[in-house]
Amino acid sequence: MLTALWLAPLAVAAVLVAVPAARREVVLGAWVVLAVAEVGGAGVVWAAVPRGGGFAFEVAAPWIPAFGVGYHLGADGFSAPLVAMTAVVFLAVALSALRRPPDEDAARTRAFVLLFLALEAVGIGVFLALDLVLFFVFFDLSIVLMYFVIAGWGSGGRVRSALQFFLYTFLGSLVMLLGFLVLAVGGRTSGGITFDIPTLAARAPVTGPAGVLALVAIGVGLAIKTPVWPVHTWLPPAHTDAPAAGSAVLAAVLLKMGTYGFVRIAMPLLPGPWRSAAIVFVVLGVVSVLWGALVALAQRDLKRMIAYTSITHLGYVVLAVGAAGVVAAGPEARTLAVTGATVQMVSHGLVTAALFLLAGVLRERGGTSEIAAWSGIAGPMPRFSWTFALAAFASLGLPGLSGFVGEFSLLAGSLPAVPVAVVVAALGLAVTAALFLRALQSMLLGDRHLPAAAERAPAPRIGRFRAPSSPDLRVVETTAVGLLLACSVAVGVAPAVLTTTIAPAAAQVVSLVSR
Amino acid sequence: MTADVVTLLPEVVLALGAVLGLLVGSFLPPGREAPVRGIGIAASVATIVVALVVHGGPSAFGGTYTVDVATTTVRVLVAGAVGVSLVLAGDVSGVASQTLGVRKATPSTGRTDTAFAVLVQLSGVGAMVLGGASDLLLLAAAVLLAGLPLAALAGLARDGRATEAALKYFLTSALFGLVLLTGVTVLLGLTGATSYAALGRATPPVVVAVALLLVLAGLLMTIGGVPAHFWVPDAVDGTHPVTGAVLTTTAKLGGLVAAWRLLAAVPTTAVPWPLLVAVLATASMTLGNLAAFAQTSLRRLLAYSTVSQVGYLLVPVAVATRTPLALPALLGYLAAYAVTNLAVFAVLAARPHALEVADQRGLARRHPVLAVALAVGLLGLVGTPPTVVFAGKLAGFTAAVDGGMSWLAVVAVLNSVASLVYYLRWIAPVFSPGDPVLRDPVAPRARAVAVVLAVVSVAGGLLVAFAG
Repeated sequence: MLTALWLAPLAVAAVLVAVPAARREVVLGAWVVLAVAEVGGAGVVWAAVPRGGGFAFEVAAPWIPAFGVGYHLGADGFSAPLVAMTAVVFLAVALSALRRPPDEDAARTRAFVLLFLALEAVGIGVFLALDLVLFFVFFDLSIVLMYFVIAGWGSGGRVRSALQFFLYTFLGSLVMLLGFLVLAVGGRTSGGITFDIPTLAARAPVTGPAGVLALVAIGVGLAIKTPVWPVHTWLPPAHTDAPAAGSAVLAAVLLKMGTYGFVRIAMPLLPGPWRSAAIVFVVLGVVSVLWGALVALAQRDLKRMIAYTSITHLGYVVLAVGAAGVVAAGPEARTLAVTGATVQMVSHGLVTAALFLLAGVLRERGGTSEIAAWSGIAGPMPRFSWTFALAAFASLGLPGLSGFVGEFSLLAGSLPAVPVAVVVAALGLAVTAALFLRALQSMLLGDRHLPAAAERAPAPRIGRFRAPSSPDLRVVETTAVGLLLACSVAVGVAPAVLTTTIAPAAAQVVSLVSR
Repeated sequence: MTADVVTLLPEVVLALGAVLGLLVGSFLPPGREAPVRGIGIAASVATIVVALVVHGGPSAFGGTYTVDVATTTVRVLVAGAVGVSLVLAGDVSGVASQTLGVRKATPSTGRTDTAFAVLVQLSGVGAMVLGGASDLLLLAAAVLLAGLPLAALAGLARDGRATEAALKYFLTSALFGLVLLTGVTVLLGLTGATSYAALGRATPPVVVAVALLLVLAGLLMTIGGVPAHFWVPDAVDGTHPVTGAVLTTTAKLGGLVAAWRLLAAVPTTAVPWPLLVAVLATASMTLGNLAAFAQTSLRRLLAYSTVSQVGYLLVPVAVATRTPLALPALLGYLAAYAVTNLAVFAVLAARPHALEVADQRGLARRHPVLAVALAVGLLGLVGTPPTVVFAGKLAGFTAAVDGGMSWLAVVAVLNSVASLVYYLRWIAPVFSPGDPVLRDPVAPRARAVAVVLAVVSVAGGLLVAFAG
C-alpha cells in the first residue's frame, strides 16, 4: 500500500514520457487524476493508523544487507497527516497548473509535470521512510528535483538562487548523513550496524561524545532544511525566484522534511543529547520566530514576505520540540507541545502553499509581486481578495483556522517547560498579525492601482478561446486555493480529527525522549 | 600448472582476444578493421562469463596470484570497461586522425583501430593481474602491463596534443615504474622474499615504511591519485573522449585493489599506513576538486574529477584492516565509479565536436535523452541518491566511521559538496535554452552506451542488494 502510494506518481511519470508531448491536456489531466488518487490513498492510510500508536501498513525488506540498510516503510500519527497534507498540496498545485501559459513549449510543460510527479513521490516517500538511508535518499532527491524546478522555471536570478539552494541544503543533507552514520555505527555494540529507525529506537541509545556529535550533525542538517535562524539565508532567494508551484511545494513539503526529521529521528534516537540540548533548540526557535517576523515586516515583495513568515512558523515548531526535551515539565504538557508542533507543520503547509499560489497569480497577471504595486484590488479581483484574506488570517493564527490550533497547543504545551521563551515567542504572533494586516490593507483596500499588465481590456478572440479580461482568479485557481483553505478551516473547526491521530505518536516520542 | 591456467582463465581469454585481434587485423585493409573490435568485444564478454562461472583454485603460481571476490570484481569490471570502450570506439573508426583526436579527416595508413582494440585489451589484462597480484614482482609486472599500452594508446592520434599526452604519460609511468621497482627491491632485500605474506616480518620499520611508500607511489601513478596525478589532465585533454574513458578506468580498477591487497598485508604496528592513505585520500579529493573548479574544457574537468574520485576510493583502503566493511565498500564504489565515469565519458564521446562548457548550452532541447543521461551521470558522480555512487559513498563513509576515521568521512562529505559546484557548472547550461544550432550530430553508439550506463547506474543503486 505505502509502496504503491509513493511509486504511483513515478509510474504515471513513466507513462507520460511515452505520451507525445504535444498532448498537453493528456499530460496535465493525468497529473490531476493522479493527484486526486493520491489524496484518496493518503486518506486510506490515515484511516488505518492505529489509534493506540504504532505503524500502519508496515513494509520491511533488506536493501543493502551488508551495511544494515533496509527498505522499511510505515505510517504512524506523524506520517499520515503529513502525507495527507503533501497529497492535498500537490493536488492544488496540479489544479493551478492546468492554467499554464498556452504559449509555453509543450515539451517544457511535460518536463514540468514530470518533475512535480517525481517531487510528489519523494515528498510522500520521505514521510513514510523508517530507515535512515531511505529517508536520506528521499530527502536528497527532493533537493535535486527542486533545483531543476527553480533553475528551469524560476524568474529573476534563478540560476544563482537555485545554485545557492542546492549547495546549502546539499551540505546540510550530507552533514545529516554523517550523523546517521554515527547513529548506525554507534548502535553496533548491541548487535550489528543498522539504519532501521524503530530498531535503533528500541536499542540502547547512543550516548556520550558520539551522541553529541550525532545530534550536532543531524541537528545542523535538519536546521538548514527547516530552516532555523541563522542558517535560513538560502530560503528567501529560493522562494522569490522559484515559480509559484515550486514555492508552494518548497514551503509546504520540503521544509517539513526538516521539522519532521526532528520528531522522527533526532528526538527518539538521541534522547540523552536531545534533553541536554533542548534549551539550544528553544532559543533557536524563539530567535527564528522573532527574526522571521521582524524581517518579514520589512519586506516589500509579497513572496519574500511569505518566505520569512515560514521561518517564523517553523520557529514555533522548533521551540515546541525543544520544549518537549525538558523532562521536568511532565509528559502531558510535552505531548501537547509535540502534537501542536505537528499540527503546525500541517497547517503551515496548507496555508503557505495557498499564499504562494496566490502570490504566483499576482506575478503572472501583473509581472510583479511587489506589495506596493498592487492596491485596491478587492474591486477588480474579489475572489483573489477573499481567499487571500482568509489565507492571511489562517497564517496569523485567527481562531477557527488551522494556524490557531497549532500555535495555541504548541505554546500551551511548551509553557510549563519554558515559560519565558513562550512569552517572548508570543510577541511574534503580534508582529505576524501586524504584517499580514498591513499587507491586506495596502493591497486589497485603497485606491485602485494595478500594474499595467494586469489592467486588461477585453481581448479579441483567438480561435475558440478568448483571453479573459478580468485579472481575478480563474475557476481552477479558485478551486486549488479553496481546497487548501477548506482543509485549513476543517482543521480549525474540528481539530480533534488531526490531534487524536497525532497524540499517540507524540506520547510515544515523548516517552522515548525521557529514556 | 594446468590448474594454474584454469585459475587465470579470464586473463587468458582476454589476452587471446588481443592476440587474435592483432592477427586478424594485420590481414584487414586499414580503416576497415571492425572485426577486430568485434573480437575484442566478444573476448571481454567471454572474460566476464568465465570470471563468473569458472571457479579455479583460490590462488595460482605458488600463491603469487590470489583469486577471491575482489579479483572477480576487478575481472568483471575491467572486462566490462574494455567491452564498453570498444563499443564506443566503433563510432569513431575508419579515419585515423578522427579515431583518437582531431577533426580533420585524412585517410589512414596505419591500422589504428586494430592498435586501439589490442592495446585496450592488453591494458585490461594488466589491470586484471593487478587486481589479483599478491607478490611484489608480479605487482611490478602488472603495473607495467597495465600502464604501457595506455601510453601507446594516448599517442595513437599522432597529432601534437596526443603526442604530448603520450609522452607525458610515458615519462611519468617510466619514472614511477622505476620508483616502484626500487621499493620492491628494498622490500626483497629486507625479507628475502617477494610474496606479500613475507611483508609481515620485515624490519626495521623505518626502511619498510620508505620502501612501501615507493611502491605506493608507483600504484598512485597507475590510479592517477595525488601526488602522481599530473599526467591525468593532459592525457585526457589531449585525446579523444573514448581514450580518456580508458585512461581513467581500467588501470584504476586494478590499481586500487592492488593497493588494498598490498597494504592489508603490512601490519599497522610496523608502519602507520592507514594515516598515510587517509592523507593521500584527502589530498586527492581536495586537489582534484580545487583544480576542477576553474576548468572550461570538459575533458580537463572530468580528468580532475577522476582525481578526486580516487580520493573517495582511497577512503575504504585507509580503513582496510580496521573494519570488515572496507572491502565491500571498496568493491562497490569501484563498480559504481566504473559505470558512472564511463557513462559521462560516453556522453562526451557522443558529441566529440563539443568539448567545452560553452558548447553545452541547449543540449537538453536538442537531445533530451542524452542530457538526462548526462545529468544522471554527473549527479551520480556527486553521490546523489539513488545512483550507484551514492551507495558506494554511503558504504565508504560508513566504513570510515566504523574504522575510527570519522574525520576522513567529514572531509569526504565537504569535498562532495564542493564537487557539486563544478558538476552543476556543466549541468546548468545543458538545461538552459541555447542559441539555435544548425547541426549537432550525435554518435549513435555512444548515445546508446551513455543511456544504458545511466540506467544501470540508477537501477544498480536501487538493486544494490544483490551485490551486497
